[in-house]
Amino acid sequence: MVLAALARGDDPPEPPDHGGATRPPVPPGGLSFRAFQCWLTVYRRIWRSSVWSSVLGPLFYLGAMGFGLGSLVDKHGTASLGGVSYLAFVAPAILAVSAMNTAMGEASYPVFGSVKWNKIYIGAQASPLRPADIFRGHLMFMTMRIAMNAAVVTVFMCAFGAARSPWVVLAWPAAVLTGFAFAAPIAAWAVMVTKENSFAYLFRFGMMPLMLFSGTFFPLSQLPGWLRPLAYATPLWHGVALCRALSLGRADLPGALGHVAYLAALASAGIWAGARTYRRRLYV
Amino acid sequence: MSSGFLIERHARVYRHAWLVFASGVFEPLFYLLSVGLGLGVLVGKVPGPSGQLIPYREFVAPGLLAVSSMNGAMYDSTFNIFFRLKYAKLYDAILATPMRPAQVALGEIGWALLRGTIYAVAFTLVMLGLDLVRSWWVVLAVPVAVLIGFAFAAVGMTGTTYMKSWQDFDYVILASMPLFLFSATFYPLSVYPRVVQVIVEFTPLYQGVVLLRDLTLGVVGPGLLWRAAYLAVLGLAGLWASGRRIGKLLLV
Repeated sequence: MVLAALARGDDPPEPPDHGGATRPPVPPGGLSFRAFQCWLTVYRRIWRSSVWSSVLGPLFYLGAMGFGLGSLVDKHGTASLGGVSYLAFVAPAILAVSAMNTAMGEASYPVFGSVKWNKIYIGAQASPLRPADIFRGHLMFMTMRIAMNAAVVTVFMCAFGAARSPWVVLAWPAAVLTGFAFAAPIAAWAVMVTKENSFAYLFRFGMMPLMLFSGTFFPLSQLPGWLRPLAYATPLWHGVALCRALSLGRADLPGALGHVAYLAALASAGIWAGARTYRRRLYV
Repeated sequence: MSSGFLIERHARVYRHAWLVFASGVFEPLFYLLSVGLGLGVLVGKVPGPSGQLIPYREFVAPGLLAVSSMNGAMYDSTFNIFFRLKYAKLYDAILATPMRPAQVALGEIGWALLRGTIYAVAFTLVMLGLDLVRSWWVVLAVPVAVLIGFAFAAVGMTGTTYMKSWQDFDYVILASMPLFLFSATFYPLSVYPRVVQVIVEFTPLYQGVVLLRDLTLGVVGPGLLWRAAYLAVLGLAGLWASGRRIGKLLLV
């Protein structure tokens, strides 16, 4: 009967009670928190290698783009940037881009590998965790990684004088929201992927053009008119615009709320879809 | 000559993923477009190799070709080779045949170069199409791009044989990212303080960037031969070392 319920894709029945004394109580946040703890355990073993790329990556980008390229741009004139230095213009964009990159990295191969390679999901699925718990737990971990990397970039921005306003403290959560808006839908999709080639397309035709054409390294006003609406529709542009407005202290409430609403809608759609795709994939 | 079998094997495998192969052309194209549409306007003119002011897109295009040659070769020789070494167990199977480790190394690098050549030709054609080339010396741009690929593929492959897990790839990114950003790819060397200039002048990608930039802009001198020799030596050393390492790892 249980198997039939699983086959239909229903939520599984409550696990049988073993007397209560031996079972640890379900922590706040439900079972998804346990899935999160599993990822934390993994991360404790491997954080050392990622700390270098998370810290030095943004440092290199800020140095090369903000200072190196910035010295050329500032010499040539910054009227099209709204009169701020190129460093101040590009730093919040690097913040948003790095949140997107972390999200794409954490939500693509690790999710796919958890089904196909190391089968972490398959193991978790044999426990009382439901697919939705597995999904939400992994998503919590991705959010933690995005928040960590974004915090590093924000600190560098302040240290280099790239932030022009105390509102920059809100650019950090804005970047986390941007990353989250990518992580949730991509994880929801990645769990269904059957060939790892698909990720090559995601990075080549998703991440790369987004990074280059979302008002990151140059203002959107320079794009040809027919391309601009397309750029305005991309989630990264909303993330970049929000982070930039906060970092430069030029945020207005309706504009900021619009960006937040767009990103939150995308994130919610991802959460909704993920609970379904994970169930389809893990209950066969 | 049996290295050719390995190349044939990869070609057969990629027949099923030719779109991945072909779409690699788009990456430098996106970069060129972004520079042409956006950054070029912001930066204006920069001093070229002869000291003359040139449009930014003419300055940066050869740099991007060098970077894409390096990245393509590094990607092929690290991620793909690690997968074949650890998961697909391809080399275990190959070494059960008369093929030797040095031939495996040569075959892998040959494949990386074949791929690199196709991308370099495509990139150079795009540069010609966008009118970013100033000299007939550009005919040497493709061989030089392949030479850059050779150097980095050989070194990357040697490094891969020391790797233990996917986490180690963070170190690959850590090595290639500063090369990509700081090798005078996006702005002239004169932007740096003197100390940094000297350090950059000794890095491998910088040699490739200068070679390609001087060729496409037609500022060619005998000094370029030294830079080409630097890359060739790096590649040969990597080729030798990676063959030895594969033998050590698999022929126990």
